[in-house]
This record gives sequence, structure tokens and C-alpha cells, in this order.
Amino acid sequence: MSQSSLQTVPMTRREWLMSDRPQSRLQARLGRAYMTWQRFSANKLAVAGLCIILLLILIAIFADVLAPHSPVIGNLGGARLLPPGSEGYLLGTDDQGRDILSRLLHGSRLTLLVIVLVAIIAAPIGLLVGAVSGYAGGWVDAVLMRITDIFLAFPKLVLALAFVAAMGPGIENAILAIAITSWPPYARIARAETLSVRNSDYIAAVRLMGASPFRIVLRHVMPMCVSSLIVRVTLDMAGIILTAAGLGFLGLGAQPPLPEWGAMIASGRRFILDQWWVATMPGIAILIVSLGFNLLGDGLRDALDPRESGQ
Amino acid sequence: MSTMLTVDDLRVSFPTRTGLIEAVRGVSFTLGRERLGIVGESGSGKSQTGRAIMGLTPAHAKVSASKLNFDGIDLLTAPAKVRRSLRGSRIAMILQDPKYSLNPVMSIGRQIVETLRTHENVGKREARDRAIAMLEAVQIRDAGRVYDLHPHEVSGGMGQRAMIAMMLIAGPELLVADEPTSALDVTVQLEVLGILDKLVSERGMGLIFISHDLRLVSSFCDRVIVMYAGKIVEELAASDLGNAKHPYTQGLLNCMPTLGTNRHPLPVLDRQPEWAL
Amino acid sequence: MTVIVSAENLTVSYDDFLALDTVSIDVEPGESFGLVGESGSGKSTLLRAIAGLSPVTSGRIALDGKPLDVRYRDKAFYRQVQMVFQDPYGSLHPRQTVDRLLQEPLAIHGVADSERRILRALDEVGLGASFRFRYSHQLSGGQRQRIAIARALIIEPQIMLLDEPTSALDASVQAEVLNLLEQVRRDRKLTYIMVSHDLGVVTHMCERLAVMKNGKVVERLSSADLVAGRLSEDYTKNLMVASKGFVRANAV
Repeated sequence: MSQSSLQTVPMTRREWLMSDRPQSRLQARLGRAYMTWQRFSANKLAVAGLCIILLLILIAIFADVLAPHSPVIGNLGGARLLPPGSEGYLLGTDDQGRDILSRLLHGSRLTLLVIVLVAIIAAPIGLLVGAVSGYAGGWVDAVLMRITDIFLAFPKLVLALAFVAAMGPGIENAILAIAITSWPPYARIARAETLSVRNSDYIAAVRLMGASPFRIVLRHVMPMCVSSLIVRVTLDMAGIILTAAGLGFLGLGAQPPLPEWGAMIASGRRFILDQWWVATMPGIAILIVSLGFNLLGDGLRDALDPRESGQ
Repeated sequence: MSTMLTVDDLRVSFPTRTGLIEAVRGVSFTLGRERLGIVGESGSGKSQTGRAIMGLTPAHAKVSASKLNFDGIDLLTAPAKVRRSLRGSRIAMILQDPKYSLNPVMSIGRQIVETLRTHENVGKREARDRAIAMLEAVQIRDAGRVYDLHPHEVSGGMGQRAMIAMMLIAGPELLVADEPTSALDVTVQLEVLGILDKLVSERGMGLIFISHDLRLVSSFCDRVIVMYAGKIVEELAASDLGNAKHPYTQGLLNCMPTLGTNRHPLPVLDRQPEWAL
Repeated sequence: MTVIVSAENLTVSYDDFLALDTVSIDVEPGESFGLVGESGSGKSTLLRAIAGLSPVTSGRIALDGKPLDVRYRDKAFYRQVQMVFQDPYGSLHPRQTVDRLLQEPLAIHGVADSERRILRALDEVGLGASFRFRYSHQLSGGQRQRIAIARALIIEPQIMLLDEPTSALDASVQAEVLNLLEQVRRDRKLTYIMVSHDLGVVTHMCERLAVMKNGKVVERLSSADLVAGRLSEDYTKNLMVASKGFVRANAV
């Protein structure tokens, strides 16, 4: 077993993490993660972005508890179009007497759902296509990249529209539609990273051990692409939210009475001049969340720089 | 021999997230119109010493010295304008790999002319003529053709000679050469060193030759300084290398296999922690 | 003479560039064979062609008498032949710990008992078990090269291809790594094919050598002959003179 010198003085946790003589896989991994966290947290704006996203997640989890009213049932009789600051309705009500605050809080779940599902579907597809394409080269690369180009050629919203129009409106179809248009840039990024990594000595060394191409791509090349991909996906989140909002705005995403933020803006459009809050509040929510993801993505880019020198 | 350059207690340190890295920790030497070699391995601080003299230390690093004088000018307190006017015209530097130190999008001739016209007021025609003369002085045949070539179109040896031409055209008094031949093949190395030898002698320049190769430096220079962990561990005349006193210098001399010596196993440097103190 | 690795009229060309021009060499089992030359001589290309990393345009390569396919090599080949690369900073995966790096060849070849073998490999190259979970950026150049050697040795090959294994290292560290390579060869009775531009290193490590220039073999001779100056080709003479060092025009 490891014959390390026994620590006579117990190390603080920080020392243990920063130690340049890790004693176990776990210590090595945690140490590395800690260094990444240090680089990330040095950027205050990035931390602010992270807080916004964590807040979003918490709100989504606890929406039931936090929301003062029901998001779907409104007081048609006595509480239509009340301005913000009215008694019991912090952000006002919409034309169906529903509390906007409660709708926003519950709508965060839909926003989160869209983001997570799109990321889970699009990122792995993009990573796989890009890495295989970059490593294989030749006709495999050509074919996969032409397919990627085809999907890239369509403006996101237009392709999503076509898909939803064909499959019918609804949030599930909207998610699929957005995912289909989101993966091509990830494939491009993965391919670019793969191309730069493919000719390095450490990949040659693994080939010289007799590793199959699958093993090489999966276990040696893809880990090098992951950092750039994480950054890109995070920065894309803002765009995904807006696309979902756009679809919702056009009535093709979430259907009423779901409190999806884009749909809320659409239905509040009619009253924008006199009852500005109905459309503006969800708009501000979208703005804040998009900003949060942008800041987080920027921070991650600096922290996850693959060219870590360990200095 | 008058002193051209005085360095006294030079210190260069780099602040990093994990603490302060002291690259150079109190280096002192003087230089007249002679050749001084600075030898060390990676991390010894030799390159940073050369850069500090040129004023090319990265902005976030801290440079301090009790004296850093070139011909009476205090290099530490001199304004940026003065330092710029010194660089190229009075102090020049040659770097290791012409692939990275020459501008890839400009022709060689244009780069040489640019150096010249930055420091002297000469017309285009005259500048071109002088540049071609300089290329011939570094033994590039067909200088007129090479004038129009780009760095990637010439071999490593030729690129390095072009760099020497570029750096010497304004007639500097002091030349700092940072591993000038390490990226070259061994036969080309000798050619380039021969050219450097001739030019430095002809022009009576002072030379600081920075390298990891102790034998090469001692064959080229008059005096040698050996650096380890940011400090000077030994200073001696090049001809006196056989009498090196410090164990690091002795170790460095003996550790490389040379043609004809038959030592199995090779003597290994036994690093003592006291050397870094 | 029995031959364990041979290249016969090997030609490697990339588009119009001829990297190797009908090169033939023979390496005996247990010997240390050197390939010397300057940049562009094709010495590294030859090594990589033997390893299966360079495309071969024409010619044959044989291992133990059996001809090898032009591009494809099977796992059995890699169990016999391993390579150490020149650049210690590029030959280890930046995201993997030493433990993972050493485990990979064992996993690929299905060798059990990995824990013991990893510790033994680290011990053999003079690094302790405390290095096991470090990342490569936490290691010095010499330490990285030792890990690269450990990785090559861990599946117990018979033949090692060494592509300038010490030229990117500091002088004092070179000696250590060269000593390690010598010792390993002695202990395990390996065959080395070593590429270098440094005549001192190559005559120290190898018994026979081939001098290469512009993709061709210029001369074949033993180290003893080279050191004694019994050379026939001018180019080899030039190399010898150049490696003796610089002689100043007018010494002060």
C-alpha cells in the first residue's frame, strides 16, 4: 500500500486539497476541483451568476411553498389587472386575475426543465458527433460535418417553428425542436478540440498501447473537449431560454394555462401600454436568468482553461 | 576596460495565486567590452536576468536592484521612452527560435529596415541598401532574394542569421543573446556562432551569452557565470573551467556524455539544498 | 546474425516530400541501435514507421522475421514494442493522474494485478509511491519522462523505440534518465532503437549506429569506430567535428 510519510501534524482541509502529493484518487480529483473553484471564485461576477442560477433552482424546487397564490387559478371577479404593490399581489395580476409573482415562481420550473433537457439531449450528441468526426477524418468526417452544416444552416427559431408546426404545439415538442437546432455548434467545438488533440504525443502513446479507436475517442479525446463544451453550453442557455420564450410568445411552446415566461409576455402584449407589468415582469425574469447564465459561462471559461500550468 | 553595464542585487519576482515566485534572487555582475556567459538550467533565472536588462520583463512581475546601470543610465528609473530608444540602437537581444521571434507576416528585409528606421533617420533607399549589406555580413548569399522572403520560407539557421542582422543593424554596443543556437542543428550552430564571433569582435561589442550549455559558453566567452535557483553560484574565467570550485558547476561539466568518454553510469548531480539558499 | 527488427527499402513520402528514401536497417536482439542525424534526416520518421505511426509508401518492415502490415499493427505487436517520445510535456495526458496513465496499458491488454504492477513500475523508474496520484503538470520534465518510461515498460515489451528521450531535458537530468534507460535495458535484456542528434549521447548508449541525412542512410558503423574516427563518409566527419564544440577565431 502507499508508503507515504505519516503526517505528524494534521493538515487543514485546504492544505490537504492543495497538496502536491495526493495519496488517493479521491484526493487528487478533489484537489483539482478545488483549484478550479479557486480560479472561478476569484471572479466576483461569475460568482454572482452562479448565485442567480442557484436561486433559480431553489425557486423551482420550492415554488409550491413560496408562491402566495395559485399560478393557474385567478380571481376573475375582483383581482384583474391589479398593479404591482397591490394588497396580496406583490407584482400585480394579469388579465385573468392570476398573481404574477406566483406565475413567475412556478414558471421557473418550466424554464429549468427546458434548459436541462435541451442540454442533456444536445450536448452529448454534439460531443459524440464532433469527436468521432474529428478523430476519424476522411469520409466519416465529411459526411458528419455536412449533416452538421445542414442543421446549422437553419435559423434556430425557423427550424423549431417548422418542427413544432409539424408535431403540434406543446412544451415537449418545443424542447425537442430547440435541442435539434442546438447540437451543431457543440459538434463544431468538439471537432475543433479533437483536431488539435489528435496528433499529440499522448494520443500517439495510447494508440501504441493497442487501444481501439473507440477507446481512444471515448476515454482520452472526449475528456479534453468537455471543458470547452461546458462553457459553450452554459453561454447558450440564455439563447435557449429566449428561443423557448420566443416559441411560447408565438403560441407554439407551452400552452395556456402553463405559466411559461415567454407565453406570459405574449398574452401581456395587449396591455403593454396601460398595464405594463403583465408583460414586463416575465421579461425581467428572463433577463436576469439569461444574465446569470452569461456571467456563469464567462467565469467557467476562465476557470476551466485546459491550459492549466499548475502554477 | 571601462564598465558598460553594472548589475547589483537584481531581483525579479512573479506574483502568482499560490505565492511569490522569485526567479532572480540577488544577481550582481559587471560587464565591459567583453563576453560574459550566463549558464544555468531551466528555472535558474538566466533568461529573466537577460530580460530585466532589456526591460522586457512581463508587466505584472516585480524587478528591483540596488543598481542597474548601462553607460551611466539608470535602467530602473529611466522613463519608458528612454528605454525604448536604447533597445535596438544601443542594447540588442537575440532570441532562441526565429520561428517565434520574427514577425511571420512581414518580409525579412522589411523587418530589418523597420529596426533601422526606428532609430536612425535614413531614406528608404539607403535603408534597403544597408539591410542588404547587413544580410551579406551574416553570410547570407543571395541577400537580395532573401530580403523579400518571409521567415517561414527560410531555414532555421538562415532565420537566426536574419535575426542577428536585424538586431545588429543599428550598431548596438551590447548584445544579449538568449540561447541563440539552441534551436539549430549542430552543424548550423557552428556557422551561426562563427558569424556572431566575427561580428562581435569586429564591432567591439559587449556580449551576454545566455545558455544551458556550459561547454559551449565557455568556448565562446571570456568569463562565465553559473546560476542556480535564481542566484549566482560561481563566477570564473572561461579558460579556468577545469578549476571550478562549486559542486554544481563541476556536476554540470561532468554529467553530459561526450564523444570518447566512457563512463557507465554517468555521474549524476547530487543536488544539495544549500545551493539554493 | 539474427535480426529482431528490420526495415527493407523503406520509403515514406508525404505528398511531394520524401521523408525516407529506400532505407534499410537491421537490429539484432538485445542490442542498442542508434539513429543519428540532424533535423529532416528522417530518423524520427523511421522510428515512427516501425511503430506504425507513419504511413509507409513502399518497402517492408519485419519483426522477428515476420513481415508487418503497412499501417495496421495488432495488440501482440504493442506488447512487444513500445515507444518513449521526445517531449515530456506532451506525452502524458494532461487530465489523467499517474495512476490512471499507468493503468491504461494494463487495462487495454487485460493484465490483472494492476495495483502491484503500478507500484513496481514507479519503483523501477526511481519514483516513489507518493507520485501515484499526481497529475502531469505537477511533475518536472525529468519526472514526466520517467513516468513515460514506466508506462512503456509496464506491459513488459522486448523492444523499446526511443525518440530523443532526453533532448528536451536539462543537462543534469539527462544523465539520470540515460542511466535509468541503461539500467533498465540491462535488467530486462531489452533491445533499443534510439534516435538522437547528439553524438555523445548516441555513442554512450548504443553499440551500432546508422547516420542519416535527408531521408537516406549515409553510413553504418559501430560506436567504437565513430569514437576512434574510423569514418568513411564526409558527412559523418562533419558531424564529428561539429560535436566537438566551437573553436573561437581569436581566443583572447
